[in-house]
Amino acid sequence: MRMPLSWLAEYTDLAPGARGADVAASLVRVGLEEEDLHGGDITGPLVVGRVLSFELEPQKNGKTIRWCTVDVGQNGQMLTEGKHQEIVCGAHNFEVGDLVVCVLPGAVLPGGFAIAARKTYGHVSNGMICAEDEIGLGHDHEGIIVLSRLLGEERAATLSPGDDAITLLGLADETVETNVTPDRGYCFSVRGLAREYWHAQGSPEGGYRDPADVATPAATAGGYAVELKDDSPIDGNDGCDRYVARIVRGIDPTRPSPPWMSKRLTQMGMRPISLAVDVTNYVMLAVGQPLHAFDVDRLSGSVVVRRARAGEMLTTLDDVERTLHTDDLLITDGGEQPLAIAGVMGGASSEVSDTTTDVLIEAAHFDPTTVARSSRRHRLITEASKRFERGVDPKVTAAAAQLAVDLLVEHGGGTVDDAVTDVDRRSERTAYRLDVTEPARIVGVDYPRERVVGILRDLGCVVEESGEGTDDTHVLVTPPSWRPDLVDAPDYAEEVARIDGYNNIPSITPTPSDGRGLTHAQKARRVVADALAGAGLTEVLSYPFVSEELADQLMLPADDDRRHAVRLANPLSEERPLLRTSVLASLVDTLRRNVARGRKDVAIYELGLVFRPGGAIGTAPIPGVAARPDAETLEQLYAAVPAQPRRAGILATGQAEQAGWWGPGRAADWSDMVAAVQTVAAALAVPVSVANDPGHAPWHPGRCARITLADGTLVGHAGELHPKVVAALELPARTVAAEFDVDVLVAASSEPVQARPFSTFPPAMTDIALLVGVDVAAADVETALRSGAGESLESVTLFDVYEGERIEAGHRSLAYRLTFRAPDRTLTTDEVNDFRDAAVAAAAAATGAVQR
Amino acid sequence: MSGPNTNYDPVEVSALDPANLDAAVEDAVAAIAAATSLDDLKAARIAHQGEKSPLALANREIGALPPSAKAEAGKRVGQARGRVGQALTVRQAELEAERDERILVEERVDVTVPALRRPTGARHPIELVAQRLVDAFVGMGWEVAEGPELESEWLNFDALNLGPDHPARQMQDTFFLDPVDSGLVLRTQTSPVQIRTMLEQEPPIYVVAPGKVFRTDDLDATHTPVFHQIECLAIDKGLTMAHLRGALDAFVRIMFGEETRTRVRANYFPFTEPSMETDFLCFACHGEETWGSAEPCRTCGGSGWIELGGSGMVNRKVLRTCGIDPDVYSGFAFGLGIERALQLRHGVQGMHDIVEGDVRFSQQFGMGV
Repeated sequence: MRMPLSWLAEYTDLAPGARGADVAASLVRVGLEEEDLHGGDITGPLVVGRVLSFELEPQKNGKTIRWCTVDVGQNGQMLTEGKHQEIVCGAHNFEVGDLVVCVLPGAVLPGGFAIAARKTYGHVSNGMICAEDEIGLGHDHEGIIVLSRLLGEERAATLSPGDDAITLLGLADETVETNVTPDRGYCFSVRGLAREYWHAQGSPEGGYRDPADVATPAATAGGYAVELKDDSPIDGNDGCDRYVARIVRGIDPTRPSPPWMSKRLTQMGMRPISLAVDVTNYVMLAVGQPLHAFDVDRLSGSVVVRRARAGEMLTTLDDVERTLHTDDLLITDGGEQPLAIAGVMGGASSEVSDTTTDVLIEAAHFDPTTVARSSRRHRLITEASKRFERGVDPKVTAAAAQLAVDLLVEHGGGTVDDAVTDVDRRSERTAYRLDVTEPARIVGVDYPRERVVGILRDLGCVVEESGEGTDDTHVLVTPPSWRPDLVDAPDYAEEVARIDGYNNIPSITPTPSDGRGLTHAQKARRVVADALAGAGLTEVLSYPFVSEELADQLMLPADDDRRHAVRLANPLSEERPLLRTSVLASLVDTLRRNVARGRKDVAIYELGLVFRPGGAIGTAPIPGVAARPDAETLEQLYAAVPAQPRRAGILATGQAEQAGWWGPGRAADWSDMVAAVQTVAAALAVPVSVANDPGHAPWHPGRCARITLADGTLVGHAGELHPKVVAALELPARTVAAEFDVDVLVAASSEPVQARPFSTFPPAMTDIALLVGVDVAAADVETALRSGAGESLESVTLFDVYEGERIEAGHRSLAYRLTFRAPDRTLTTDEVNDFRDAAVAAAAAATGAVQR
Repeated sequence: MSGPNTNYDPVEVSALDPANLDAAVEDAVAAIAAATSLDDLKAARIAHQGEKSPLALANREIGALPPSAKAEAGKRVGQARGRVGQALTVRQAELEAERDERILVEERVDVTVPALRRPTGARHPIELVAQRLVDAFVGMGWEVAEGPELESEWLNFDALNLGPDHPARQMQDTFFLDPVDSGLVLRTQTSPVQIRTMLEQEPPIYVVAPGKVFRTDDLDATHTPVFHQIECLAIDKGLTMAHLRGALDAFVRIMFGEETRTRVRANYFPFTEPSMETDFLCFACHGEETWGSAEPCRTCGGSGWIELGGSGMVNRKVLRTCGIDPDVYSGFAFGLGIERALQLRHGVQGMHDIVEGDVRFSQQFGMGV
């Protein structure tokens, strides 16, 4: 909401010397955040000029320019060259002798537009003759400003060439823009903002002049017929509880809005249109009451306010034909023809036009919820809907109509009907019994009773300190009509704190007891993240939105769980309507982006939730909020939320180790991915097993490891991506990947590690080479060796794998070092040999291994 | 060896002659001194201390002497051998020291060549900033609460006093699940975690909830559809706005240092009453008001201040919805965007670097910030 300082100063006293920034700062103190500052940004010389002569000069481009000589007093060329100002002008709406506005070299116009003498159309033009839009006065660019037309002959007659036009036109006036929170609808008016500014100045006695404080006539017989017929109120609130209609007849439709009004509308960011429309807008900006002007000649029956019927249509002012909803509240002509969506937008059929002479001014109070719903339903956020939705002062209705009537009569030459329509169905607001010590209890500042009562009265509340319901600590508070948000003690506490000053609230650090620190899972997840980073991977974050094609690109089988994704009703992009069911699904984009930016070696990981609906998406109940939902409802609520396991995804391409002075580098391969998962498991001290998994998308069937806990629970997969997946996703060849379930690892690490004693006797080592079929997994051989070697086995290390000419085709040789150690003695050679032979026998039995 | 000593005169055995012994010693010492390498010294040792050296030969002669002469001759030879041995030891030490010195010189390498063969990893700074804040609050006795990202509409809105007509519930702000009547949304704030906590725990409650949230904004310099918040909730007896300010001040100090300039003002949030907004001085323009100028500060829009985040005393309606008696307990809540904290603390100008996953961004921060 904007507010020019000059307008503010009409309703309250500006602090001496206050500039826009000071006013903004004052408003911030009472909770109205500054949004912007406008205007006040012209620096002179901008002066009144009298056109002395001009020559018409046709140009090659078809235009005819005027080469003008302008008297600008003791300014510009008169000072430097001793002659009148010479200016090229493209406009034709002025005559010799007219007073105009000239901007001279050295001036800066809004937007930082610096003026200099400049060669144009074969002349040196020493400045410009200004149009309204060029100096931020309006939107008009039809021609230049002729001051006798803008200000009236009378006023123009008092001016002389050379007079400062910045002062004359009020261009130094700054406009403050503030952000109005939804609870302060009254601040969508200069009236409300001025009141807040007055509070920020300490609410000095008599320092606020309410523009709505005007005499209004009571309802009379014979006014325009208005019927309020809301037969389906929302939440029991009538769609319209007050409707004032006033008629002004005989307005001259050719009369323009007065310049001061056009200027203010422009300062407020609105475009002046016609007197009738401008007046309704001006009054709305002044007191916050949206008004609507109907052309009386285009109405045939009484005004009936009712809900829309199914299938009813209305073409609104923006020329959109809208299908109405039965919740929409309508203004209708005689109960039939819809004229407007109440409080949102009028219809085209009853719009005032450039021939309208008789105007019906509607000043009504509409239900916030009704307007809010219609506004959203029709995607129409208008100046009116913004205000009604946040609550318009129901007491300002008649005053607003009166202000509008007065302006139309004064500037349009009309006369007002004596008959007044005022249908008033408002209910009285009841007083709230406030404990005056409550603000102190809520805020933590010891406000004395007088301070609380004083602030509330300044705000416009009626505070009764005696009578039924009052005592030492209780008063009866009736909030002002413009504050529907003041309901109970915390609301009043906020007001007291706000006006007293939020900065007066002390700072006391709360001291909770019994904090138990991070949970095991929270700590363990950090270990996972740190272990991956420690292993040389870089953590990134990716958006979880994925395409429908991705499941095919990842070659997920038809029955794969990961095809079962949650779909968004309103995705940002129709190309990515699904939520990821694996981290890799979105991490591939990040890898591709890094590669596209010219990075060849990338190793990244992400920890995050994936969305795994366990079946059809259920429906989460939406219980009431008056009390805690019952256990069953809560159970349903929690159960309706799909499973969201926390997973880690890893991707790598390029070199895992760099080439350098030490020799060649090493490309990242499947084993780096297995190692990464094993590193994490080791960091959490969770033993895991690795097995070949020939059938798990999106991995290469011959290069995919399935990683499980000792009890067989799946942890995840690691290896090289399937070449077709790599091709479909346009990833670098041989991209490697892993994905594992962080929750599974974390849960497996939850029991405290039990320490094993270890022997201090010397170890005995023996090496063996086993010939096995190429299909035999090394992990299986190792398992067999371990099972056969007995309790003294300390470790098994596969230190060489050979496949080639020296051994039988279809076989490979696995060379193991077995280390034995007994807890209580040094093992003898015979013992070690026996253990070794037993291990080999077990491997032979389990895998067909033959010792070489 | 000479023949049997018949006249028993040691002097007559030339090898034992003092002059000869002296000469042998001198020869030995000279040879030892002349040795310039350990190999030379080894040769000198063999020549002058070995089995065939003059002194060794002289020593053998002693056995043939009459007992009366043995002692003196033995002493003389012993002294001579001692002098040679001493010279050898000294020279050995010298040459070994020289050799050691030389090896160290010869083994010199240029240690400025690259040493990192494997890349170093890094955490994402959003996670690190969240961790830093969490740790500070945990240190003050708070606990960490968590909740799902895909959340029920009731927990994300209704329970927080954001009724069905609240603007935030519209499709232009919130990601709804298909079908829309499933009652599920991508959470737009971490506040549903508060509700879950209040529904599941008895007061006193002091929790901090970091997490990912979603809004239907396209990515630009200041918006991202997926971002992070951290939220604090305290419910206890006797909590006031002064405690809220205390917690907020702690938060700001931890994150931005003691000197951070902030201001507080009234604001409106449905889930708190009274509500409070905290602003901090713009990190880009340092509070210089630039609005209305040709180029207003793009970070703060020209006001010189940036919103840190909303806060307030938990609305009594919200407490009731969670089954907490507002006449017994009061509480406060506040939250802020972690992206914004990251931007302020580390001078990150736009949003793109934070969300795009360019590894160069994370790598600047290492493993902790």
